[in-house]
Amino acid sequence: MDNIIISVNKLSKSFGSFQAVNNISFEVKRSEILAFLGPNGAGKTTTIKMLITLLALTSGDATIDGHSLIQHPAAIRKVIGYVPQMISVDGTLTVQENMMLMAKLYDVPYCECQGRIQEMLIFLNLEKHARSLVRTLSGGMIRKLEIGQAMLHRPRILFLDEPTTGVDPIAKRNIWEHLVKLRETFGTTIFFSTHNLEEAEDSSDRVAIMNTGEIAVIGSVAELKEKSKNKNATLEDAFIFFAGNSIEMEGNFRDIRTARKTERRLG
Amino acid sequence: MLRYVSQLIAKTWVMASVGVIKLLHDPTELITRAIQPILWLGIFGEAMSRVRAIPTQGFTYLQFITPGILTQSVTFVAIFYGLEVIMERDMGLLQRILVTPTPRLALVWGKMLSASVRGVSQAIVIFLLSLVLHIHLRITTYSMLGVLILIVLGSGFFTGFSMIIASIVKTRERFMGIGQTITLPLFFASNAIYPIAIMPSWLRVVANINPLSYMVDGIRALLVTGNVTRLSYDIVVLTIVTFAISLLSAYMYPKVVI
Repeated sequence: MDNIIISVNKLSKSFGSFQAVNNISFEVKRSEILAFLGPNGAGKTTTIKMLITLLALTSGDATIDGHSLIQHPAAIRKVIGYVPQMISVDGTLTVQENMMLMAKLYDVPYCECQGRIQEMLIFLNLEKHARSLVRTLSGGMIRKLEIGQAMLHRPRILFLDEPTTGVDPIAKRNIWEHLVKLRETFGTTIFFSTHNLEEAEDSSDRVAIMNTGEIAVIGSVAELKEKSKNKNATLEDAFIFFAGNSIEMEGNFRDIRTARKTERRLG
Repeated sequence: MLRYVSQLIAKTWVMASVGVIKLLHDPTELITRAIQPILWLGIFGEAMSRVRAIPTQGFTYLQFITPGILTQSVTFVAIFYGLEVIMERDMGLLQRILVTPTPRLALVWGKMLSASVRGVSQAIVIFLLSLVLHIHLRITTYSMLGVLILIVLGSGFFTGFSMIIASIVKTRERFMGIGQTITLPLFFASNAIYPIAIMPSWLRVVANINPLSYMVDGIRALLVTGNVTRLSYDIVVLTIVTFAISLLSAYMYPKVVI
C-alpha cells in the first residue's frame, strides 16, 4: 500500500484577483498527524476546503487516498471525515440523533449503525449523554461528538479545522487524548489547522506553516527549529521566522473584508 | 444511475425524518403558526361573509375561503423554511452535510417533504376549525388524499423557492425581509380570498402564473365545489413547477462558507 495518503500538487485557488492559495505542493503519510499553521488569511481554511471537496480549485490537483480531487470528488467524500471550526451539530437533536444522522448520510450499513454509534459514544465517554439534547452539552463534549460523528464511517483521513478553538485546557487535553487514540485504533491520518503553537508542537508528527497562500516550510518541529537558523529557537520563533509579519502589512480592513466577502460569494 | 436514484430516495428520507424529529422535540411552532389561520377564518372570514359582495359560486364565503386559508397557512410555513438553511450555514452544519456523499437534490427534497409535514399539521388545524365554525367541507378519503398531494406539491414549490432566496441572500435579516415582502402579494394575487374572475386583467395574468392559485383551485374543488374537472391540470402544473424549482434549488443550494 502506498504510504502517502495525501499528495498535493501545485494547488492554487484565486477569488477574482485575490490569490488565496498559490501553487502549493506537499505530501502527508498514512497515520500521520499534520498540523497546519499560519496567520489569519494565510490560506489554511481555503486549502482544507479544497482538499475536502467543498471548494473548487483554480489549478493544480491533489490525490486523497489515491483519488484525484478533480476527477473523483465523490470517492474522496467517502474516505474523509471533517470537523469544521464552527459548531456543526444540530442543537435541537439529541446526541444519538446527531450521530444517527451522520451515520445515515455516510451510508453506514443500517444493521451496523447502532453498534458503531454505541461504540463511538463509549470511546468518547459520551454514552451517558446519548439522549441529551446537544444544546445542553459543554463545548468540549460537543467537539467530541463532532469528532465521533466524523469517525462513524471509519474514514482514512480526518480533517479538523481549529478543533480546540473555544474549549478549555482540560477539554482540549481530553479531545487530543481521544484523537491520538483514534489514530492508534483505526490508523486514521489527522490533518488539522490551528493557531495554537503549543497544540501543534505537542500533538503533531509534522508541522506545515502557510503564509500568504504558500507553504513556507514543512517538517518536524525539530526540523523547523533547525531551519529557523537559531540554535535555541522555540516553535514560536520558527513560526515568526517563516510566517513573518507580512500579513499585518498587507491590505487594510476594507480590503480584507472585501476579499473575504468575495471568497464567500464565489465559494 | 440506479445507485444515484436509490441514494436520492434514501437520503431524502433521512433529511425529511430529521425535520420531523425536530418538530416532535419542539412542537410549539405548530401552535404559534395555528394562530394566523384562526384569525383569518374566525375574524376576516366571519366579517366578510356578512358583506356578500364577492361571488362565491353558490357557496358560503367561509366555505369559499377555507381552501384559500389552508393554502396560505401551508405556503407561509414553506416560504420561511429557507431560514433553516441559512441557520445551518451559519452554524457550520451545512458544510458538514455537504462533505458527505449526499446528492444536493436529496437535501432539497428532504426539506420539501419536511415542510410538507408541517403543512399537513396546519391543514389539520383548519379542518378542526371548520368543525367549530360549522363550515361544511367534503371530507372523504378521496378528497383527503387529493388535498395531501396538493399540500406536498405546493409546500414543495414554496420551500424550493425559499431555499433559492436563502442561497442568494447571506443574512437571516435579509431573508426575513424578503419573505415578509412577498408573502402577502402572493396571497392577494391568487384566488385564495376572491375569484380570479373579479380581478383586473393585469392581476388575472399574475394570478394565473401564481402556483398558489393552482393549489387553491385543486383544494377548493376537492373540499367545496366537488367539480374536479380541472384537478388533474392543477396537479400536473404543480408537479412540473415543483420539480423544476427543486432542480434549480439544488443547483443554487448554498455552497460553501469560508
